[in-house]
Amino acid sequence: MNHLGEMELIAYRDGETARREAIAGHLAECPECRAELERIDAVLSALNAMPVPERGEDYGRRVWQQIAPRLPEKAGHWWQQWFEPRRWVALGSVAALVIATFIAGRRTSHDGRGFPPASAAQVRERVLVVAVGEHLGRSEMVLMELSNAEPGGSAQKRIDISAEQKRAEELLDENRLYRETAQRQGDAGLASVLDELERVLLDVAHSPQEITPAQLETIQQRMEARGILFKIRVVGRELQEKQNKSKAVPEETGSKTRERNKA
Amino acid sequence: MIRMRESVGSTRDREAVNSIRQSDAIAVERTLAGERDAFRVLVERHSRQLFRLAYRMTGNENDAEEVVQEAFLRAYRNLAQFGARANFGTWTYRIAANYAIDRMRQKRGEDARRILPGGASEETEQDAMNLVADERPSPDRLAVNAELRKKMKEALATLTWSERTAFVMRHWEGCAIEEIAKVLKSTSGAAKNTVFRSVQKLRRALEPYVGTRGALQTKAAGAAPESPAGTEP
Repeated sequence: MNHLGEMELIAYRDGETARREAIAGHLAECPECRAELERIDAVLSALNAMPVPERGEDYGRRVWQQIAPRLPEKAGHWWQQWFEPRRWVALGSVAALVIATFIAGRRTSHDGRGFPPASAAQVRERVLVVAVGEHLGRSEMVLMELSNAEPGGSAQKRIDISAEQKRAEELLDENRLYRETAQRQGDAGLASVLDELERVLLDVAHSPQEITPAQLETIQQRMEARGILFKIRVVGRELQEKQNKSKAVPEETGSKTRERNKA
Repeated sequence: MIRMRESVGSTRDREAVNSIRQSDAIAVERTLAGERDAFRVLVERHSRQLFRLAYRMTGNENDAEEVVQEAFLRAYRNLAQFGARANFGTWTYRIAANYAIDRMRQKRGEDARRILPGGASEETEQDAMNLVADERPSPDRLAVNAELRKKMKEALATLTWSERTAFVMRHWEGCAIEEIAKVLKSTSGAAKNTVFRSVQKLRRALEPYVGTRGALQTKAAGAAPESPAGTEP
């Protein structure tokens, strides 16, 4: 007697076979195939025993509270999101980045003063360094404010973080763009820090506009657990050093050229 | 269309499903007409189902919460594309599954870079595997469960994201093969093979640790079975 294959048995268990009757008939007569099916069933049953954390009846309401402030005025077309004001802020940043890259590229490639021509990649990197440095600085300010926020005494039941939230939302769009750019350029370290920052910004953006002291403490603890402020400062310093270095190179080259000309 | 095993039973069940679909369609129409609060009905109705899917796919509560929120945001922004489709639940389910795949891919890259001291990953405490219920928390059972949890985690980690998605959708969520194929952007035959491969891999890895009726092997922790086959990276 030919035994049933593993795929046939899995398909039979899942009710995904057209040969259901034939397989059932075989199983009735073949203890080996029955045992094989039991073994498959045992593994899947063990996995099925994994519970999912319960979400209460009010979970949907909580999800709504978190997403409602982020919904555009009208539902519908994907392109409508590009007309939201905060998108324009991000678009403005990108446009500035592109223009700066273009200008920097022209200056370096048509420079008649004898500077070594920078490659397009170098120029892009320099512009990214400046833009991301500024972005990290702004993010640090928001996170510092949250990190140092203290409820105004035990009488204060709610803390208004709507201003920080708005800024976090604006920073989120920029952050995504910079993270993707860093990933494309193969800068895994920067991309990783930006990704962590994105999660913290998401946390803030998704919180209610008014939070309890306990919720504030949770946000602060999450920030602390990730060590995000420290990471931002370290990366910010590295970027600043890079920026200084890239400024120093042309100056140094320029002075050498001048010396050569004098001679 | 998503086929839930428990929802294809009685006529009453089918009537209930149809009634929800009709009221979903009305809520979608109202939302598109500018009633933003109509979308709230859809969010409140479908959030828990989406969370279950997202949690099983990501194995982490924070990520699952993020997937649920992002799925609804994307659904709202693209509601015009949904148009006259019959089932809002199915549509958002697919959006959530696709976003969860992206999120997990991204996260796997991060986790590879971020290993905490002692070899534990950041999400250990919240991992789904740590939530396996202990029916009788005797010392032996706890030891065996801990071993099984570890093995389940390792086994699931050997699955590719398409395999994990296929497994979650098929075996935990009871979705039809056609629906899985849509999420994986493949043919039904390929989706079926992916489901099969995922079960095969999990079986090779976990069978030595599982009893024949789904119960845990009552071996002491020190007497764990030999290395299971199929634990390729």
